[in-house]
Amino acid sequence: MRISITRALSILQRCARDCPQQQHSSPSVGNSTLSGAVRLLSSQALATSKEPEAGNVPKKSLNLFSAINQALHIALETDPRSYIFGEDVNFGGVFRCTTNLADTFGKHRVFNTPLCEQGIVGFAIGLAAMDNRAIAEIQFADYIYPAFDQIVNEAAKFRYRSGNQFNCGGLTIRAPYGAVGHGGHYHSQSPESFFCHVPGIKVVIPRSPAQAKGLLLSSIRDPNPVVFFEPKWLYRQSVEDVPEGDYMLPLSKAEVMREGTDITLVGWGAQLSVMEQACIDASKEGISCELIDLRTLIPWDRETVEASVNKTGRLLVSHEAPVTGGFGAEISASIVERCFLRLEAPVARVCGYDTPFPLVFEPFYMPTKNKILDAIKTSVSY
Amino acid sequence: MGSRVVQSSVRLASALGRGLGGGGGGVAVARGGGGTDRRRGLASEAAQQRRDSEKRVGSGDIRVDLLNPFELHRLHDGPATDVFTSKEELMQMYMDMTVLRRMELAADMLFKSQQIRGFCHLYDGQEAISVGMEAALTYEDSVLTAYRDHGIFLGRGGTTFEAFSELMGKKTGCAIGKGGSMHLYKRENNYYGGWGIVGTSGPLGTGLAFALKYQKKPNVAVAIYGDGAANQGQLYEAQNCAALWDLPVIYLVENNHYGMGTAEWRASKKATFFDRLSYIPGIKVDGMDAFSVKAAMLFAKEHCVAGKGPIVVECDTYRYHGHSMSDPGSTYRSRDEVQGFRKERDPIERIRNIILKEELSTAEELKKLDKQVRREVEEEAAKAREAPQPEEHELFSNIYRLDTGLVTYGCDRKDTIKLP
Repeated sequence: MRISITRALSILQRCARDCPQQQHSSPSVGNSTLSGAVRLLSSQALATSKEPEAGNVPKKSLNLFSAINQALHIALETDPRSYIFGEDVNFGGVFRCTTNLADTFGKHRVFNTPLCEQGIVGFAIGLAAMDNRAIAEIQFADYIYPAFDQIVNEAAKFRYRSGNQFNCGGLTIRAPYGAVGHGGHYHSQSPESFFCHVPGIKVVIPRSPAQAKGLLLSSIRDPNPVVFFEPKWLYRQSVEDVPEGDYMLPLSKAEVMREGTDITLVGWGAQLSVMEQACIDASKEGISCELIDLRTLIPWDRETVEASVNKTGRLLVSHEAPVTGGFGAEISASIVERCFLRLEAPVARVCGYDTPFPLVFEPFYMPTKNKILDAIKTSVSY
Repeated sequence: MGSRVVQSSVRLASALGRGLGGGGGGVAVARGGGGTDRRRGLASEAAQQRRDSEKRVGSGDIRVDLLNPFELHRLHDGPATDVFTSKEELMQMYMDMTVLRRMELAADMLFKSQQIRGFCHLYDGQEAISVGMEAALTYEDSVLTAYRDHGIFLGRGGTTFEAFSELMGKKTGCAIGKGGSMHLYKRENNYYGGWGIVGTSGPLGTGLAFALKYQKKPNVAVAIYGDGAANQGQLYEAQNCAALWDLPVIYLVENNHYGMGTAEWRASKKATFFDRLSYIPGIKVDGMDAFSVKAAMLFAKEHCVAGKGPIVVECDTYRYHGHSMSDPGSTYRSRDEVQGFRKERDPIERIRNIILKEELSTAEELKKLDKQVRREVEEEAAKAREAPQPEEHELFSNIYRLDTGLVTYGCDRKDTIKLP
């Protein structure tokens, strides 16, 4: 079914990422006003999602944090043994994803932890091992590293090393990731590729509110530990009609957002809206781009990407994380293995530079629309 | 006074401690409550008082009353409570703290007008810790702290121009504009910087102390962290190592009672930090009183340099602003509480009151001084605003040592950047 872009684009914010001189809106922590020149009032999500079901499903226009809030609400409502915890989640969290949950479900189910990431995740694994749904929040993905040992050595291997006697499948770790315009080294990182190297966990990244709600519910209910990265830039900026009620979107299933014939673009999270802009610009020059949202990074949907590349013969992967060792490398290697004779051009990766995430240099560092467009044209004319 | 104030870059003359207060100390007598210190028997009270009068800290003839006693943990004796000071020291402290306060207020305005972007964690209210600590240390001692580092940077001899430049991401910043607010450094004064990740100062400071001990230097490392960080696992690892190897590290806890928005009693089972470990002694200090901090740090430094191992100094302090500029600071604290601290325990007010009481200066003169400091700080900020941004190659420089010739791959493998 052809997906047509029917919604207005949140042009200002996305274009701002391409123009270093422009002032960015800063989604402030806990602050209700958006400072800066760019004010997004009723801007719509750039990357639209496929309707889970056609027909008369009632929908509501929500932003990303509200959609996530709804998903968490439903998760707690439908399973009495689910708990949400992390730093500052009780009052609603620094990004408001957990607003009102403590009031609704009580402080024994939605509670704050001290500042101890390793402790939070270790504790969550234990809770999950006793068949509870432990939804742990790490305040910023940049702070997830103290918990890395627990995730890699404990969560990922528990089922395997106990011969399926035990598991922590009820574990879901949520963390905001990605650039936000002014985050600097420790509020902008995209650490997804570290976790993609670990068999035993799943890594899921939504691109928009409707996707986030469905994917989060799937992640929480999936019988495997899931690390769920939320694009923090989109918490307020991405607005979309989100179906009300309980629904789940499948994990390990990529989605073709836009069909095309000349080149396949693969991405996830906030980067997709940049890629979509590039696709639109490319189509003005007669290049037909197919855009795929991977949604689940591991285990990833090789078949969909392979089928697409077999159709177009070209592949471009884009992510904010540094290019060397980023997840684009895995996609590239896999597709080359599978589609070598079909490929018309080398696989292009338009990613962050191999530097720590910079402060003032962020506009240069980011894989912007123009860089992607450039790579599309190079690939097509190879 | 006049000549000192007129400078091209405003900095704290923290050399003060090196000349004056550094000599005193010695074995000071324990005073004050706290359930964890061992109380002496009445029989030795008289002897104690005799000893008191002989042990003092600070040169000068103005006696300072320490408002709040020290609380001790696993220590026989505590810091000196007979603290003396001089007009020069008082005026210098007043100046230094005023510069610090002004800088933070200027940073607030700059952030609101978007000249400073990113994150900005302000230090106003906690000035006594920086100034008091520096009065007890030298630049041979190593200091590192977390992200609320503007005050410590200035205390370590950084200039407001360097600080503003760094905050605004300019080339003239102390980290060439690459670090921003949380990452101010000053190598020549052994200030190992601000660190973004909570708790890292613990292990790192312990490492610095190990190096100092190895090199047989009569110096300490001061690892500063807050009440929010106190529950990080890595601190316990570090503190155990420090105690095991008798490292000269002072763990200075800036307890401003709120870890971002969470009150200390909601994050910690026991909201005191100086007495957490049975094998590391600790002192609890009134962190709003620069002289208490100075006396405690002198004692702590002596303890460490004598090879007795690490020590924790918990400073009871308060920050007027919220956690960062994104936090109004009023959703988890009442206005009365903040105003109460401003009225009753403001560190600058305390010094001002001593100055006025001792008639070392008049209210008008101090006001003039305030105005002058304000003007100068704002001039430095304006200068910093005019400074250029770092050059493009700085995006790729200093990733590695000797990264000349390093090939960095950008987006698309074809886009390679070779460093000159």
